[in-house]
Amino acid sequence: MTLVAASSASIQVTLGEVGAALVLVAIAAIASRSWHAGLEEDIGIAVVRSFIQLTAIGYVITVIFDEDSAPLVIALIAVMVVFGAFTARSRAPGVPNSFWPLLVSLGVAATATLGLVLGLGIFAATPRYVVPVGGMVVGNSMTAAAVALNRLGEDVHDQSKRIEATLALGATSSQAVMPLVRRSLRSGMITLVDSTKTTGLIFFPGTMVGMLLAGADPTDAVRLQLILLYVLLGAVSIAALMAITLARRNFFTAAHQLREPPAP
Amino acid sequence: MLFELDDVTYSRGGQVVLREVAARLPVGASSLLGPSGSGKSTLLRLLNRLADPDSGRILYEGRDVRDQDPLELRREVSLVPQLPALIEGTVHDNIAFGPRLAGHSFDARRCLELAGLDPAFEDRDASKLSVGEQQRVMLARALALQPRVLLLDEPTSALDQTARNAVEGTLLRLRARTAISLVVVTHDIAQARRLAEYVVRIEAGRVIAQGPASELLDKVSEPELATAEDAT
Repeated sequence: MTLVAASSASIQVTLGEVGAALVLVAIAAIASRSWHAGLEEDIGIAVVRSFIQLTAIGYVITVIFDEDSAPLVIALIAVMVVFGAFTARSRAPGVPNSFWPLLVSLGVAATATLGLVLGLGIFAATPRYVVPVGGMVVGNSMTAAAVALNRLGEDVHDQSKRIEATLALGATSSQAVMPLVRRSLRSGMITLVDSTKTTGLIFFPGTMVGMLLAGADPTDAVRLQLILLYVLLGAVSIAALMAITLARRNFFTAAHQLREPPAP
Repeated sequence: MLFELDDVTYSRGGQVVLREVAARLPVGASSLLGPSGSGKSTLLRLLNRLADPDSGRILYEGRDVRDQDPLELRREVSLVPQLPALIEGTVHDNIAFGPRLAGHSFDARRCLELAGLDPAFEDRDASKLSVGEQQRVMLARALALQPRVLLLDEPTSALDQTARNAVEGTLLRLRARTAISLVVVTHDIAQARRLAEYVVRIEAGRVIAQGPASELLDKVSEPELATAEDAT
């Protein structure tokens, strides 16, 4: 079944309605000020940036939808992948040269996931489906890869003595770091796995909420949400596993030596 | 000659740790003797290529260690670190780890016995052992590789006197019962006397003396070494 225009319903949202929602932001700012959390400035920046960024991407998406051009869609997703890799790199400062592993892992996750989704006929190959799904895939993959690499960097630093003791037994660098790889992969994936487990019970995921607000049939909203959750599970596993697999080599020399050996 | 070091210099984090080190370590039991921070543990790590020098060369049995497969070298020249760093699991899991990687057979109970532990320790949880017991499991798992050389980094520094005497006894028995050569890093001149036949003295990253223990250690007093250590 190819999902094409699951619902033709749409809603009109005015800028006034968006502005009204800022009342809730004011509550957050007041709470931060009252409790001296020091987040007022960050909240302000977040509001302004989210408005500008989403408005800009809204115009870009409108153009891409109107043009219905595959190269434009591919270019947009490529830009997301590059920015995603830059962002994730800053979240994993303990991993040497993490940009390339992240770029490759996000690129492969996006290509493989979207390729499968389109190849299996789950979504039609039109910008209306590929762009939002691609954005979700890249965004979630970025978070998973960043969390996984951050954990890997911290663990390699904290356990450098144990890693070196294992290398001293004739283990390869891959064998020495394997227990850490397992934990890092788990860290990268656990958030999405847990939210998938609890979806519908503890929270309603965003896509489903959006469709319901837009007037879609609840059954269609649920099915589309399920598809996206399953797609994202595949994407984050590819991204986290590939990022770890590629990045773990950067901790070692070709002679299976830690580049930053433990302090004596 | 077991090891020959020619003008070995090694830096870490912009600091020169070893400077133009030239030393010989013969077959048998040798000691790298020096105060804390003198670079002796770093030197030990260079011997089985856990790190490579910035310049100079290290020969093992006449061959540059950089021309040898690092994994094969580490199985033949096995390092036991200063602090226990066991993998999760039982004592058996730890002893089996190295031989399984190398595809060797091993006798865990004999390794435990050689390391001075009751073979019944085999099924114990490694994380539940005392530091002294863990240190000896580290020794047992190195022995399971059937190495020709054991590199021991301050093997008794974390132990009380009773455990220290036990580990030293284990090493002396090991020398008597096997053909394994030992290179023992220590800051303790008395321990160097007890364990080593040949001594290389290191201070501030430089070799200041080397020779047979019986000759070299007669010339150095405990207060002299203690003063050197205080200065670091």
